[in-house]
Amino acid sequence: MAELLQHLLNGLVLGGTYALLGIGLTLIFGLMNVVNFAHGEFYALGAYVSFAALALAGSDFFVALLVAIVAGAALGWLCEVALLRPLRNESIDTTMLVMIGVGIAMQNAELLGWGGVAKSIPHPFPTAPLVLGPVAIAPLRLFVLVLAAGLIAAAWLLIQKTKLGRAMRATFQDRDTAALMGVSIGRIHAATFAFGSGLAAAAGALLGPIFLVYPSMGDLASLKAFSVVILGGLGNLPGATLGGLLLGIAEELGAGYISSGYRDAIGFVIIILVLLFRPSGLFARQERIA
Amino acid sequence: MSNCSIVLSALVLVALATLAVPGESQAPIKIGVIEPLSGPVAASGNYVRMGAEIARDWLNAKGGIAGRKIDLLIEDNKSDPKEAASAAEKLIVRDKVPAIMGAWGSSMTLAAMPKLEEYGVPMVVETSSAAAITKRGNPWIFRISPPSEMEALGLEQYVDKLGVKRVDFLAVNTDWGRGSITAFGDMLKKKGAAVGVAEFMDQSATDMNAQITKIKATGGDTLFLTTAVEQITLVMKQAQEQRLGRKIVTTGGSSSPTQLIKQAGAAAEGSYHIVFFMPWFPESMPDGKLAKAFVDEWAKRGHPFEGLTEGFRGHDGIATIAEAIRVAGKDDPKAVREALWSVSLMGVNGPIKFEKDGPAGKESGQSKPSIFVVQIRDGKVALPDFLAKK
Repeated sequence: MAELLQHLLNGLVLGGTYALLGIGLTLIFGLMNVVNFAHGEFYALGAYVSFAALALAGSDFFVALLVAIVAGAALGWLCEVALLRPLRNESIDTTMLVMIGVGIAMQNAELLGWGGVAKSIPHPFPTAPLVLGPVAIAPLRLFVLVLAAGLIAAAWLLIQKTKLGRAMRATFQDRDTAALMGVSIGRIHAATFAFGSGLAAAAGALLGPIFLVYPSMGDLASLKAFSVVILGGLGNLPGATLGGLLLGIAEELGAGYISSGYRDAIGFVIIILVLLFRPSGLFARQERIA
Repeated sequence: MSNCSIVLSALVLVALATLAVPGESQAPIKIGVIEPLSGPVAASGNYVRMGAEIARDWLNAKGGIAGRKIDLLIEDNKSDPKEAASAAEKLIVRDKVPAIMGAWGSSMTLAAMPKLEEYGVPMVVETSSAAAITKRGNPWIFRISPPSEMEALGLEQYVDKLGVKRVDFLAVNTDWGRGSITAFGDMLKKKGAAVGVAEFMDQSATDMNAQITKIKATGGDTLFLTTAVEQITLVMKQAQEQRLGRKIVTTGGSSSPTQLIKQAGAAAEGSYHIVFFMPWFPESMPDGKLAKAFVDEWAKRGHPFEGLTEGFRGHDGIATIAEAIRVAGKDDPKAVREALWSVSLMGVNGPIKFEKDGPAGKESGQSKPSIFVVQIRDGKVALPDFLAKK
């Protein structure tokens, strides 16, 4: 029983991080119709910026987190303005190829700048685990879980409750009509891409201290983010959140009770089943509204 | 050599000399290197490359091989077996190298091996531990790193002193990790230890909590951990978070204890590590002078100290190939392979000499490297109590 509870807690923590990765990706897809293959690289960027701020500039952990989010959002903004805006009326394949290129360039720039050796980000939390009855959790992981939940809630509020969010949803439903109503499409796209990239960078800065920071760290992050988005339905924010938690818990229980050798395979088996039986995602409604 | 052939070779030499462009020395001898310079195990591959460059520069400073400089052609296998095979093909077909050193990971080496047989070019294997590499009957393979069986036998004498009674395994899901579990499991069963669970992790996995939770439930006393330093760091941190409370023994020699102290901190305390080079005490190595010189040269180049436990592999691999080319007297793949059977040299790890291994008639070469055990104690690398000098 203690083992099962620990597995569930591990799965929840892991799933929270998957959800954080997934919502940025699903937002960008849902609102802009761009398949962002560089999403994992913004995650790596967040981790490296946080590392640079902490280890080189000697800043505070929380300041470094903010700096990473701002850097991710700024680069996302730049990406949209410089690369995606001129291609707005091109097909989804064209922008996808551009983003694959951006991903390759970013990863290799990190390899060039930082070298291939993994870096470890220091953090101010105690390393001794918090013991809650039969289960244990590291304070840093608990912090990450809480902050991930907070960021997801903030993203949802932004989209549902603010004027910017309303403009985003309007753009998603009908770009031309929204433009006629006075919504600046360029501004909405740039804000969406910056927001999604900032979320990925936040995930990187949060998970960097738990894991290690290395140039190819974004590959795995991209893979998981895409899995989450497919599970939850493309462009579906609550779907991505639930999809993330589901994937984390499925992987954890699969590794714990079936075989750790097939841990990643278990996640993909679920995705294949979802694509077969509910091709628009587990949590899809009639139409996608981010 | 008869008089006639001496005259003949002299004539050939003169003919060659007149052909050469005046003022230009002879073409360098090319040696191919395949290492993971990017991807999840990039750190280790880059350290091996640095060690290989030291061997090259030392040899060239002594005049190269018969007056010809050594040139390393280094290919990145991106920590990916597919890339390792295409890198081997590129080095052989395009660059026409007479020998290759590579390819760090067992899966990468195994993927490159059919190319060696296809084109007939020898490869000195500097890191890979999977038994299959020398057992498969590929006569172009010469391994200077210990296969997991040899490592397990090297550890056998210390099992009682380590107090291993109930053991679990956690290994990277590759040929190396799977082979290591078999080898150490067999040895430990023979020594009367109870074997619990064998868990795996993907090479690029970062969250091993599920495996640790499962291992924790077995109630064993020791965890044998087989993977590269990046994942060892993560496992140790996550084991500490879950209060695993096991004696951890890492195998494969890629644990880089100095890096673990830096990155895993207190989580690495008390762990044991099988290593093939002890840069902390070079004087305890079979050739203390060479080991010291290597450590000093490494520091002089500004390479990080934690890379030395991988870096020496590059040095020893290139030194072995260069010696074989010297013995062969020419940089022809077949001649180099013949010469590899007769080389006998001192590497940073210790003596290198190949014995036959694998199916009769198609044997691979396997050297018998030295194996050491160190422990992380009080944030430093030390010899375990049972090995410390009286």
